[in-house]
Amino acid sequence: MGTNGNIIRKKDLGFWQSIYVPEILKGLRLTITQMFKPKFTYEFPEVRFKPPEVFRGRPVLVEENGVERCVACGLCSRVCPALAIEVQAGETELAKERYPIKFEINMVRCIFCGFCEEVCPEEAIIMSNEYLLAFNNQVEAVFGKEKLLKSAAEMRPRLEWLKVNR
Amino acid sequence: MAKITIDGKELDADPKLTIIQAARQHGIHIPHFCWHPKLSVSGNCRMCLVEVEKMPKLAIACATQVAEGMIVRTNNERVIKARNSVMEFLLINHPLDCPICDEAGECKLQDYSYKYSVGYSRFDENKVHKPKRVELGPRIVLDDERCIMCSRCIRFADEIAHQPVLIFTERGTHVVLRTFPHTVLDNPYSMNVIDLCPVGALTSKDFRFKSRVWEMANTESICTGCARGCNINIWTRNNEILRLTPRLNEDVNSYWMCDHGRLGTFKFVNSDNRIKTPMIRKEEALMEVNWDEAISQVASDLRSYKKSEIAGLGSAYATNEDNYVFRRLMKGVIGTKFVDVVPHVKEGDEDQLLIRADKTPNAVGAAAVGVTSVDASTGLEAILNGISSGAIKVLYVLEDNIAADPRVASVLSELDLLIVHSYEHNETTKLASVVLSASTYAEKNGTMTNFQRRVQRIRPAVATLEADRALGGFSMSRWDKFASPNDRWGKGPRRDARPSWRIVSGIANALGAKFKYNAVEEVFKDLAEKVEIFKGLSYAKIGNRGIALTTENVPTSLIPA
Repeated sequence: MGTNGNIIRKKDLGFWQSIYVPEILKGLRLTITQMFKPKFTYEFPEVRFKPPEVFRGRPVLVEENGVERCVACGLCSRVCPALAIEVQAGETELAKERYPIKFEINMVRCIFCGFCEEVCPEEAIIMSNEYLLAFNNQVEAVFGKEKLLKSAAEMRPRLEWLKVNR
Repeated sequence: MAKITIDGKELDADPKLTIIQAARQHGIHIPHFCWHPKLSVSGNCRMCLVEVEKMPKLAIACATQVAEGMIVRTNNERVIKARNSVMEFLLINHPLDCPICDEAGECKLQDYSYKYSVGYSRFDENKVHKPKRVELGPRIVLDDERCIMCSRCIRFADEIAHQPVLIFTERGTHVVLRTFPHTVLDNPYSMNVIDLCPVGALTSKDFRFKSRVWEMANTESICTGCARGCNINIWTRNNEILRLTPRLNEDVNSYWMCDHGRLGTFKFVNSDNRIKTPMIRKEEALMEVNWDEAISQVASDLRSYKKSEIAGLGSAYATNEDNYVFRRLMKGVIGTKFVDVVPHVKEGDEDQLLIRADKTPNAVGAAAVGVTSVDASTGLEAILNGISSGAIKVLYVLEDNIAADPRVASVLSELDLLIVHSYEHNETTKLASVVLSASTYAEKNGTMTNFQRRVQRIRPAVATLEADRALGGFSMSRWDKFASPNDRWGKGPRRDARPSWRIVSGIANALGAKFKYNAVEEVFKDLAEKVEIFKGLSYAKIGNRGIALTTENVPTSLIPA
């Protein structure tokens, strides 16, 4: 390998290389062997990829016993490198004292880094396995509580995975 | 003076001082919770333990007096170990609920945990649970679990607010803060205990859970609740004021501010009742118009009256700059003699600490820049009489709801033309022919002169259509910096309001004068050149803490009794 910018390369092709035909056959052999191997592509959108628990899809809020786990501490909002999350806290009679009056994630801003999930002290915001996110306009891309809330039962696989891996 | 050594530094200290005070004077910070410069020494938190040579045990710096030849160490191994232990004890029963605690971000216990604690706890038993959400007064909520028993609030209530109602009851780890039976903490300064509280035990009912402290931008300004002009910080998020807190200024308000100033002087800025654009009365209703139309309308209206038919009322709520430009318009360009200010003095509503009977922030300043009557024949009474007799047909009012006084309101209907600068819809705008939307104290730069004749700066914290947060050099939070037009959290309402000096210069120029003010600094520069007692002042000289006007140049009539 060359250093200091001195690139050393072979000056000439060998004999077999210079007549091309064996090289072309080599390439064709690779293509043809692939044709008889099992397929790993999906017939999207009829068939969909089901991501494993480790996958970071869009963030969701966990709902338990009819209320969100979230206490509106705003740490996700603070840690979010893309400033996608807006939280407005309010007071509740429940023991947790605080709850989010407003919780909005701007999915155009979100970069799926998972920092919000990592920083959350209540395991209230977690990454789901949903990856189909297409919008017609920017307003549609702002997800409020109604779109973000998912029951803990539904999110079980990810929550279990977090218990082991976090 | 006693010669002492702190951390190897030789200092001259007043022998009346304690170690913590002497160290503080020389910029050495000794960590503390219960000690406060303005409160008596309690010595119960033990955080300020320092080593004093030849003393057998560590001593608390807050209660140990300085003596000649004393050698103090605040950072050696023994002290650090003691401090770690104190922190460990304090944190035994302190809940780990920083994420939902309003104090987080400005919490002494949190800060010291980072600086002086070991970072883990050996305590794995159950924490003591105490009542949460205890109402101590109409404006204060207590979380007993968070309390570290420093007793600052108790001493404040006893010594500064003179309402000794707070006390610790129960024993040991079960100690709780309570008011005496049948009493509530409701003195006019009660909310200062929230700032004093080194943890999040005492929280403001008004601000509770509104915002995390790091989400807000804070702006140094002054309170406009009375003639004291307490130094404050204005905390904003999404172009909305969320709270005011006092800012240290020993010459004006020390560490304190009153509850009225804290809660009663900012909500109108955010309110829906604000006037959003200039308005002109057409066929009995106020119609929204643009600035050019409003200003040319005012100018042409003013032109059609004789100068003896026009009167102007400046405002003790407006800045020195606003009043100065207003005086130039009324006395210089229009040439009327009828110029005065409506006083707002509530006799008897004052005390020895901060609250003043004069409920306006700039009565002294308005008079000092010339918005004042020469004698009784041109003063407020003369103007009101002139209006009722029909001699005065036009009244120009700067930022003041004069019609709140029914006696004045009844006279105003006699006018042909009432021009009003106003922040919000009120009794005066109901009668007005032209309403010009003025910026509030939180939306403009300027100066106010308090009752001590101290000139102090106000700075903009809320953006208007005219004054942009980034371009105007406002204080910005992280969210302010990075908001783009399509972010909802960057879309706080921005109103089409202008500072009065700009509106008045526009009208003066439409009348043919040449007021060449592009920025408020230029107004102040002109003011400092033309008005004797402001000579030599500049915004740089006024700085963050204000500057007192020299007494010898102040006419005696300006000095309040």
